Amino acid sequence: MNDARILAWVLADPSRAAQLRPHQWTAMLTIAQAERLLGTLAHCLAGLDVPEAAVRVLDRARRAAETDRRQALWEAEMARQALAPIGLSVLLLKGTAYLAAGMDAGRGRLVGDLDILVPRDRMDDAEAALLAADWEWVKQDAYDDAYYRDHMHELPPLIHKARDRMIDVHHTILPLTARARPDAQSLIADAVDLGNGLCALCPEDMVIHAVLHLFADGDLSGGLRNLWDIDRMLREFAENEGFWDRLLARSRHHKVTRYVSRALRLTHHIFETPVDSYLAWQGRRGDLFYTGRLLARNGWGQDTAKLLRFAFYLRSHWIRMPPLMLARHLFTKWRKGHQPIP
Amino acid sequence: MMRAFTVQVGPLGFRVGSPWSGPIRALEWLYADYPKPADGIPDFTVRLEPVSALRRWVRPSVAIRGDFMLPDAVPTSLAHGLLAAEMAMNLQVAMGERRFLLLHASSVERDGKVLLMTGESGSGKSTLSALLGEKGWRFMGDEFALIEPETGLAFPFPRPVSLKNAAVAEMLRHVAAERLGPEMIGTPKGDIRHLKPPIDAIRRMGESGTPALLLFPRFGLSRDVRPVPPSEVFVRLTQASTNYTVLGERGFEALTNLVQGIPACAIDYPDTETALALVDQLWAELA
Repeated sequence: MNDARILAWVLADPSRAAQLRPHQWTAMLTIAQAERLLGTLAHCLAGLDVPEAAVRVLDRARRAAETDRRQALWEAEMARQALAPIGLSVLLLKGTAYLAAGMDAGRGRLVGDLDILVPRDRMDDAEAALLAADWEWVKQDAYDDAYYRDHMHELPPLIHKARDRMIDVHHTILPLTARARPDAQSLIADAVDLGNGLCALCPEDMVIHAVLHLFADGDLSGGLRNLWDIDRMLREFAENEGFWDRLLARSRHHKVTRYVSRALRLTHHIFETPVDSYLAWQGRRGDLFYTGRLLARNGWGQDTAKLLRFAFYLRSHWIRMPPLMLARHLFTKWRKGHQPIP
Repeated sequence: MMRAFTVQVGPLGFRVGSPWSGPIRALEWLYADYPKPADGIPDFTVRLEPVSALRRWVRPSVAIRGDFMLPDAVPTSLAHGLLAAEMAMNLQVAMGERRFLLLHASSVERDGKVLLMTGESGSGKSTLSALLGEKGWRFMGDEFALIEPETGLAFPFPRPVSLKNAAVAEMLRHVAAERLGPEMIGTPKGDIRHLKPPIDAIRRMGESGTPALLLFPRFGLSRDVRPVPPSEVFVRLTQASTNYTVLGERGFEALTNLVQGIPACAIDYPDTETALALVDQLWAELA
């Protein structure tokens, strides 16, 4: 099998690692590194019988994730201190939220930027407060800046002068131009207090955000890790009575049921996640393309399925912009010599 | 289709893959005396790939990729594929290593005690370590010294020495030409030839030593020796370490212990004979 399935297979049941031969170990570790899942794998394999050489690789990843965790939580605290004086509490999104809430999805996970959610009418205040606390604009041209402000669901990215870490300030969880329009007010209204002045989305919204981030806001780069987040959340939250019913109701409220349904089918297929069968069979089929894209990586860590990747790249633009706007956007980028395919 | 090469260097195992046979054959020759990774599982994977499908055949251009990548890494020509491989392996260690504190330093050992030498490119630290390796010292590495924070011990990473420009002729006065690899003319780092370390350095690459002396050599100046105070050593070593920051508290403790535990000198030298005499003199003064 020349795709990332070997990694998914072991993540779904770590005891399977005992069956791996050295070349399979090598492929799995390389794929995990490329998919930013090596720290996660290290956590899953802790305490199991692992070849000495693999222990070293996993130990390195575990240390890297621990450093990331400390830095991510510190950034959250710095944002809290910057926003507290103007009466805004920090509503954490994605990785930092999983870490701060002590969730399974956070274990061994790498975190890049700090993502927070702020009510839309407080965006200007938040921006001013962060600039006053030594965050600054990442240098970008006027078109990009205007594009962010007019059409995106977040401020143009800010970076801290001294700590060199980025913060993304969102007012909703999808671009304004996207087909789906989740209800941002209820995301904030139903947020959960984590203590220490930090908040996170309620469990159902956390899942929905991860789903939309995966399917409705990009070309599925790093998608396997995002799907893994969903797997961990579904397993953890499903222990609470009535979770699936609440997830269904919430998905309908945000009008994103077909995305959630697809995520359930894919994580069930790839990570063997137990899912609610009613919710999982809403909406359209076509999962094979998604599975192919999510697993498109070989044992050398190389991108595979180039055509499928490109198709998803095109799709990522199509779903985020109406046709005319897309044409104008691509023309502007093309004129500037932007190279779309990495 | 990837051709593969694997090798163990000190505590770290590597896998290098490339669709071209040239760089792989060059690595097989250069590392002929080295063992393969323990358990058959390398620590790091490196890929030497065409920058695009076309550039595999037309004016071949080697992109440096792998577990860890720099977005702005400059590709090399296929003729310099061996240099690309060495740079790629260094990059994996520099960006990925977390167990050891990495110092951009050369090191040699005698009687279980280790001499560390660090400095800018062109300071002569590589050439000095290679020369000492031919003169009764055990060569431990010319690129990275690996300090284990828990013990303070220095571990070898005895890669082939990358000799640049005039250092090639200098080494040829001391070693047989068969130990030198192919000449790579006009690379971004100058003219380069690799030197196979003494066989003894490879056989003993699992043996650590206790750091005993730190030197900051500078080539091309008249003979001079100055002690360097611990505060300055500390700052210079934080700059010479690629992973000091990410090791956090462990890195800080490892570095302060090292700095407080050994003397440090800056040495200026006009030629290798002077440098070797200085090293002998300073080493004798330790006892």
